[in-house]
Amino acid sequence: MLEIFAYDFMQKAFLAGITLAVIIPCIGVIIVLRRLPMIGDALAHTSLAGVAAGLLLGINPVAGAIVVSMAAALCIEGIRKKLPKYAELSIAVTMSAGIGLAGILSGFTSGSGSFNSFLFGSIVSIDSFELALVIATSLVVLIVFLLLYKELFYVALDESSARISGVPVGFVNAVFTLLTAACVSIASRTVGALIVSSLMVIPVTCAMQFAKSYRQTVIFSVLFAVCFTIAGLFLSFYLDLRPGATIVLTGCVVLIAILITRNSKRKLG
Amino acid sequence: MDKPPVLEASFLFFKYGDETLLGGVNFKVMPGDFVAVTGSNGAGKSTLFRLILNELSPASGGIFLFGEDLKHFKGWPRIGYVQQANPAYTSSFPATVEEVVLSNLYSRIGLFRPVRKVHRKSVLGALRLVGMSQLKNRMISELSGGQLQRVMVARALVSGCELLLLDEPVTGIDAEAAESLYELLHKINRDGVTIFMVTHDIGRCAKYVSRVLCLEDGTIVELNREQLERELLNKHRHR
Repeated sequence: MLEIFAYDFMQKAFLAGITLAVIIPCIGVIIVLRRLPMIGDALAHTSLAGVAAGLLLGINPVAGAIVVSMAAALCIEGIRKKLPKYAELSIAVTMSAGIGLAGILSGFTSGSGSFNSFLFGSIVSIDSFELALVIATSLVVLIVFLLLYKELFYVALDESSARISGVPVGFVNAVFTLLTAACVSIASRTVGALIVSSLMVIPVTCAMQFAKSYRQTVIFSVLFAVCFTIAGLFLSFYLDLRPGATIVLTGCVVLIAILITRNSKRKLG
Repeated sequence: MDKPPVLEASFLFFKYGDETLLGGVNFKVMPGDFVAVTGSNGAGKSTLFRLILNELSPASGGIFLFGEDLKHFKGWPRIGYVQQANPAYTSSFPATVEEVVLSNLYSRIGLFRPVRKVHRKSVLGALRLVGMSQLKNRMISELSGGQLQRVMVARALVSGCELLLLDEPVTGIDAEAAESLYELLHKINRDGVTIFMVTHDIGRCAKYVSRVLCLEDGTIVELNREQLERELLNKHRHR
């Protein structure tokens, strides 16, 4: 057995990392196609307020992040419905409020180490409860994503036509925002709140360079994310780097390599 | 008993701020009609379309679909909708022709239910109707503007719509493809689908449509053949 798998914390890290690598790109595909990358960032940053609240109140920070992200998600949807002309502003307003609250609450937490570990993630230090939370939340996110697979596709492709055809667009949007909130909250513990949205976007962008259908885009995105996670964990273990950042940077390097190769091929062809 | 109009606007008023854009619009679209709505830029064509799609609310007056007030209308699957081509968006959307057309069956299939063979057969039928069945596995990003609009017409037809609404369907596509799209719409109309189309391209579509409505100064008037020829002549002179 490889040395890396002899450690209990690395086994947990692989399990949590691969589980998240399956669900994050599923959400990421819709976010990229709807051109809403800001929503991932907004919810991830807002989840920090939940982390700080969790640390202050002595409850699990990941659970705190989930609650606050869900509330932020509902807030975004609420503002969007009330002010449809300013839908983008709802994201910016919610993110600002979340970061402000996180900033204030983090000032009262004892020891900045725990809070900071959520900024860039700390996948190797998750405990059994958090691992169970990651797996359970991921299962829920994956099942709901698969159940709403076709509706999410249609809303991403053409919201007006989807609504006219009878798809319950409001319901689909609300559920999707809640899924995004759940996804970024649990991912903030592993890859970090500051870079979770990169993991939503980079594997999808890589997949879109090769996919020949929407279905392939989803499958390839998951495969890319799993590969980045495994490679990132190996590199971080042997080179003693931060795992979350290494996973994201691995993705960035692969994406740049793909774009350069495809660009060169196009020029030659 | 006579069938009710497929689409009817009754004393429709709409204001943007203080400006009255639609000042008492009345018209009826009967089953089997192929109606083109024309008018200068800013005359309110797009607003009228958005009112019909229930994306805007009128200040007063009403819209009726199949005899039912739009406010309570539930028969949206009877309506097909094709909007202006948006190559900037579709060129980066990773979906096949089949996936796009299939999407309009999703509400009929229902939430949480899988796509079955019978649905794929319907898609193939709709694609055959628009002459695109051989491209069903092609990515939409690889289609020309004309091909893409044919796919969008197939998507609207796949659910068996009775009224097809088209918003500037030939904008951004070349003359040959536009002519071919009008021929297709003419054929679909002969097969029994009522068509209501907003267009700038009245010159090219005039020979295919059964009625032309002109939206001007907040009201709508139906052009007879003589008025239409005059309108076309004016457009020709301004080119």
